[in-house]
Amino acid sequence: MSGKVVLYYFNGRGKMESIRWLLTVAGVEFEEVFFTERAQYEKLVNDGSLLFHQVPMVEIDGMKLVQTKAILNYIAGKYNLYGKDLKERAWIDIYAEGARDMMDMIRLLSVTPPDKKQEKIDSLEVKAKVRSLPAFEKALTGSQFLVGAQLSCADVSLFEASLMLEELFPTILSSFPNIQAFQKRMKAIPAISKFLQPGSKRKPPPDEAYIKIIKGVMSHLFD
Amino acid sequence: MSGKVVLYYFNGRGKMESIRWLLTVAGVEFEEVFFTERAQYEKLVNDGSLLFHQVPMVEMDGMKLVQTKAILNYIAGKYNLYGKDLKERAWIDAYAESARDIMDVIMVTPFTPPEKKQSHLEGLQVKAKVRTLPAFEKALGASQFLVGGQLSCADVTFFEASLMLEELFPTILSSFPNIQAFQKRMKAIPAISKFLQPGSKRKPQPDEVYVKTVTSVLSHMFK
Repeated sequence: MSGKVVLYYFNGRGKMESIRWLLTVAGVEFEEVFFTERAQYEKLVNDGSLLFHQVPMVEIDGMKLVQTKAILNYIAGKYNLYGKDLKERAWIDIYAEGARDMMDMIRLLSVTPPDKKQEKIDSLEVKAKVRSLPAFEKALTGSQFLVGAQLSCADVSLFEASLMLEELFPTILSSFPNIQAFQKRMKAIPAISKFLQPGSKRKPPPDEAYIKIIKGVMSHLFD
Repeated sequence: MSGKVVLYYFNGRGKMESIRWLLTVAGVEFEEVFFTERAQYEKLVNDGSLLFHQVPMVEMDGMKLVQTKAILNYIAGKYNLYGKDLKERAWIDAYAESARDIMDVIMVTPFTPPEKKQSHLEGLQVKAKVRTLPAFEKALGASQFLVGGQLSCADVTFFEASLMLEELFPTILSSFPNIQAFQKRMKAIPAISKFLQPGSKRKPQPDEVYVKTVTSVLSHMFK
């Protein structure tokens, strides 16, 4: 069951970034097709490649998978990043979803009107410091990984979320020593260390050019 | 691994309704604790029962599970509603996520300002008719069930979503005969037939009282 893994998305983070992270940690190489024009998107819609007319879409193992969570769960399951039983999988889902909630909020900031942005940033900071990060801090007490005794997709999601939070709020982890130590351990993983260096497939935070492309390609969502 | 299953939420649909549906189809009895006062919510936050200070929360098999998707995935996995292998699970996730996307949009409607409601509903109808329902119609043209020839949580979630769409747009399924036939088959399942009758644990559409309760119990989110 091999063959290329190809990601179809924009040349930026968005919802695909978590998938890039997970494939990287799983040691899976991938290629990327970037949308720059609406015509590319419409072609894939018309040939049936985008089941719900949405991206991300990942070609993997003979499937054109859509829905970010479906893709992440498939990769996690296939590459042994989903715990050892149903109960561990439940807790992995819980922590991964908690991390993804925060990343969803961060992602929406780039399409939030300027007059509403500050209040969204403030409420994200409160949510992270009061409701999310303390749970992760506690889970990492006395434990290298969030769930069970091995790396899972929840650890990858938390690591990604923690870096994104630090980009917005540089000192946000100062009162979370376990998360800081966790970050250090994750950065030491060779695949991650390499991904964090310039020239990797990691994408930078969204800029004006990126937002313009999304609004152009997915114009039907921004009418 | 028995013991009671207890759901902690408001006395209304919200994010818990999909969990009620899935437990019902899985044949699992459950009890419910309803929030009416903020003090109840705060007590559960303070005693550590709500990992990210959020509901739904489900006590099950010695765990206090949070995060709707984690809970649904656990129930699906435990009660054989998650397909037979990783690939089937991926497609189940893809269809279930899409159905949940629709229900998420429906769920925020009562909390949408009156002047935005009409455009919100119009956007939902277009999304459903153009991007969501055709994919399900096609999948159900070839098969009794969405994935793999057997009932899965994707069928349950999509059935729930189809009923909610009909409540809002009574004729929306008129051009989707496969989905109509699917609905008929699902309604014939005894547990579902019973759940659809008055006196079951199925909750009605949100009303003023429900909106008021949610906004006061979760007041920190509605400032």
